[in-house]
Amino acid sequence: MSSFHPYLLERRLRLARMVVWVALAALVVVFFRTQILEHSKYQLQSETNRLRPIPLPAPRGIITDRNGKVLAENVPGYTVSLLPAADEDSLHATLTRLAPFVKLDNAGIERVLVRYRRTPYVPVTVLPNATFAVVSALEERRLIFPGLLIQPEPKRHYPDSALVAHLVGYIGEVTEAERAQRRLAPVRLGGLLGKDGLEREYDDSLRGADGVRFVEVSALGRVVRDVGAASTLPPIPGRALSTTIDLDLQRYVAEIFPAGQRGALLALNPNSGEILALYSAPGYDPNAFVGGVDPDYWRSLNVNPAHPLLDRAIKTFYPPGSTWKLAIATMALRRGIVTFRSHMPIPCRGGLQYGNRYFRCWSATGHGDLTLSDAIAQSCDVYFYQLGLKLGLTSMLEDASGLGFRSRTGIDLPGEITAVFPGGTDYYDRVYGPRRWTSAVTLNLAIGQGENAQTLVNMVRFYQMLASDGRARPPYLVHPAAGSNTSLGLSPDQLAGLRQAMNRVVEQGTARGAGRFGGSIAIAGKTGTAQNPHGPAHGWFIGFAPAEKPEIVVGAIIEFAREGPYVAPLVTRVIGHYLGVDTTAASKVRIVFPTDTAPHSRQLLPGPPSVEDSTIVPIVPTDTGVTRPDTGNATPPPRDR
Amino acid sequence: MRPPLREIDKPLLAVTVALAAYGLAALYSAGQTDVPTFVSTIWHKQVIWLGVGLVAMFLMYRTSPRLLEWATPYAYGISILVLMITLTAGTGAGTAASERSWISIGGVRLGQPVELAKLAVILMLARWLAERREAPATLRDLVPPCLIAGVPTLLVAKQPDLGSAIVFIAVLFAMLYWAGTKPSLLLLLGSPVIGLVLAFSTVAWGAWIVVLFALLLWWRPYVWEGLGVMLANVVMGVIAVPFWRRLAPYQQNRLLAFLNPEVDPRATGWHVIQSKIAIGSGGFLGQGYTHGPQKRLAFLPAQHTDFIFPVVGEELGFVGVLLALALFAALVFALLRISRRATDPYSSLCVFGISGLLFSHIIENVGMTVNLLPVTGIPLPFFSYGGSFLLACSLAVGISLRVAWESRQSGYAEL
Repeated sequence: MSSFHPYLLERRLRLARMVVWVALAALVVVFFRTQILEHSKYQLQSETNRLRPIPLPAPRGIITDRNGKVLAENVPGYTVSLLPAADEDSLHATLTRLAPFVKLDNAGIERVLVRYRRTPYVPVTVLPNATFAVVSALEERRLIFPGLLIQPEPKRHYPDSALVAHLVGYIGEVTEAERAQRRLAPVRLGGLLGKDGLEREYDDSLRGADGVRFVEVSALGRVVRDVGAASTLPPIPGRALSTTIDLDLQRYVAEIFPAGQRGALLALNPNSGEILALYSAPGYDPNAFVGGVDPDYWRSLNVNPAHPLLDRAIKTFYPPGSTWKLAIATMALRRGIVTFRSHMPIPCRGGLQYGNRYFRCWSATGHGDLTLSDAIAQSCDVYFYQLGLKLGLTSMLEDASGLGFRSRTGIDLPGEITAVFPGGTDYYDRVYGPRRWTSAVTLNLAIGQGENAQTLVNMVRFYQMLASDGRARPPYLVHPAAGSNTSLGLSPDQLAGLRQAMNRVVEQGTARGAGRFGGSIAIAGKTGTAQNPHGPAHGWFIGFAPAEKPEIVVGAIIEFAREGPYVAPLVTRVIGHYLGVDTTAASKVRIVFPTDTAPHSRQLLPGPPSVEDSTIVPIVPTDTGVTRPDTGNATPPPRDR
Repeated sequence: MRPPLREIDKPLLAVTVALAAYGLAALYSAGQTDVPTFVSTIWHKQVIWLGVGLVAMFLMYRTSPRLLEWATPYAYGISILVLMITLTAGTGAGTAASERSWISIGGVRLGQPVELAKLAVILMLARWLAERREAPATLRDLVPPCLIAGVPTLLVAKQPDLGSAIVFIAVLFAMLYWAGTKPSLLLLLGSPVIGLVLAFSTVAWGAWIVVLFALLLWWRPYVWEGLGVMLANVVMGVIAVPFWRRLAPYQQNRLLAFLNPEVDPRATGWHVIQSKIAIGSGGFLGQGYTHGPQKRLAFLPAQHTDFIFPVVGEELGFVGVLLALALFAALVFALLRISRRATDPYSSLCVFGISGLLFSHIIENVGMTVNLLPVTGIPLPFFSYGGSFLLACSLAVGISLRVAWESRQSGYAEL
């Protein structure tokens, strides 16, 4: 029988048909599974394939002074970035081609690659601050740069730059460590963050929320088009921040602040705590941090012995010196130990023998027999030695705590350090051993030496109480810190008496000639000289005016000012400027400054660490969590190019 | 007698025209990318090739099977010769740049001779099997057809074009089966391949040898043949690993990527991953004709040749896929029907071989787009761009139309 008999063929055909049916059925099943059952999975893959999220940076809120003048604003800028490439090699190739246009050296390319490795799915920034010329040059050659992305992006700008540096702080790219914090979790990698000053303190409201837009890219990574507006999430701009700063006053302070000196000045409204000016010298250029700080600049800031990044108003301790005498006077008055007419048993003959030590007064010739008012005006050490002894160490330590000399003011700036003052006599037991110390420490504490280290802002806050109705109003720039009910506890008469005495400091006392502009305004204040074991003493002056009904308190400290011909005139000129009187006369007057040469028995606690070149080294308690700009092996913040 | 056009087999012609139209539409869409490439105008050329194919189809319709049978040895001889020339002087092109699969004169690429050689092999096998009248009963009887198919298989495998080599083998088995070869014999013939695949696991290979031995005892072939089969399987087991090492890396990768596309998602697995994404994102109704994003944004590789089916899947969805598969099924069933009713064994074998050829192309091409089969670069009939294969398909359909007319002429009726 032929193998091609129709019957045999029909049998074979059946099997052949079956094979075809089975194969097609298998295909249909697989397609059904792929297209129907797993559709959503592949749909998602298709979209992630082709859609690339491009972050839309939110413009940071502007920062203004009390009159709406701009401290920090945003200016248009361009960012050049590259969409993630298929792999590092092709990114490297593109960067190499891009290098001549954006002035990228090999190290710069390596930095970009490092950034790419950290976040391989978002566009990697190549040039954060592109000029228009660079942008147009790149646009012309767009075709040879796959994945090139040029975005207009708001750039931070500080019109007054170094003048407001310590107020506004600076911004920088978020670090890995920062992103680990829950608060900063929403900040995208590569996002900007306030790193210091107001930018940091109010970062949450200034920052806004970044938006995102999606672009469609081809398999080669070229941007093909924007996906429709529907899938774009617009950025939410940061909220504007209105501060209490008086920019005119701030500028004036910077203008008259003695050039080349290190120090700080703080001006505030005693009746509200509003800070009118906050200036620390030397400053730095916060604009240099926008778009990543240049490593050279960062290094220069860090090796600079003057520590330009340090805000000397809130982050440095100084012995308060004679400015402290008002605190002793306050304590004695509120405890009813003295009145303004009280005399001390021993008149000032240039010093006081106590035990086996002789404590000198700053005036070798002596002040004679003084009342409290006179003693404040003359800043007589001998009087206050005795007043301190009368007050007693325990009361002094207790009252200092009550008056806030062991705490922070709560100013709304990051990194304020806590003032240092012994909390009780057990402190001395600990340091010297029980019964190994005498009440001689009281004498030192009574004139603002010894174990006493105050920040400028904390001293100014104390003077604010003196200048107002006696209640503390914590200094603030935007929002006052809540829950302070510190009060001097003095009667209005006593307050008035203290102010009068302080007025006499300026009229006839140690800052004679610094105030009274044409007899129009009475300025009250107190000088101080902080003993500095490492070099010339630091000069203090804290004053307020008008003495009868103060409207402004200004405190200033200038490091190594010695007999400081600067400090009191500086403060009085600031006051005069604020109150709108002519201040030219003041600078012509020669001022005699007291040298508060009370012997200091010990170093300040917790004792400045080993210091180089005789600066006072800012002591930052570790528990504040503030990163102090260190001179050592500081790593510069990541820079974008 | 010349067959008039009105007596043409209408179902086959209709499904062919439908497939050609569908394929052209898919090819047009494949060129619609966001960044236009040469693919965007390639459908113009395909239209010309369709015209050429139509003429060829008509010519074959007018050609008597007897003339074809007479010309078969010459066609086969020329094919082998051209394949040899291709191997020494061939050039690569397009998506198969590394393969020597093109023949060109003076820098002008004429075509891929392998596609026409497939047809010639079918004709040659049909002629040899039809002449015998009796079905091959022993392995020895299978040597000549194996040689007929084996020589071009080796030649294209050297190019290397693994896909076409597999098609030759598939066609050989299909035609041997249609000629009445017992399935057991075919299994013995194919056993070395099974031994080769299983050799990668010693246990599996050992088990296979035991099973094979049992089968040989049961089926009782000639002793020498049985020994030969056993020997071939053992040899395959031994040479499997050296053979694997001799494969080109891309061939190894294709097989590995078939097992797990994620092995190498940027290179070899890329095709399969992107293809599956395109098909899967199509869903039930698709993303809309010419609007498939995977294709538009060039994620889909070779979207006008080997991976044209994902374009259909992405843009027309499951519905479009079903339609295409239904048309392909109709084509294959029409060919099977014609093959069954053919007046003589030669015609019948020819048409069955043609259906086997098209079927293996369809299954392999469509199967690889969903990772059902490993990726080999063989085109999808009437869809993939390419003149040679379109011409071969047209000739094949022309032959089938003539065979259909012959049986109609002889008054062949349903059994």
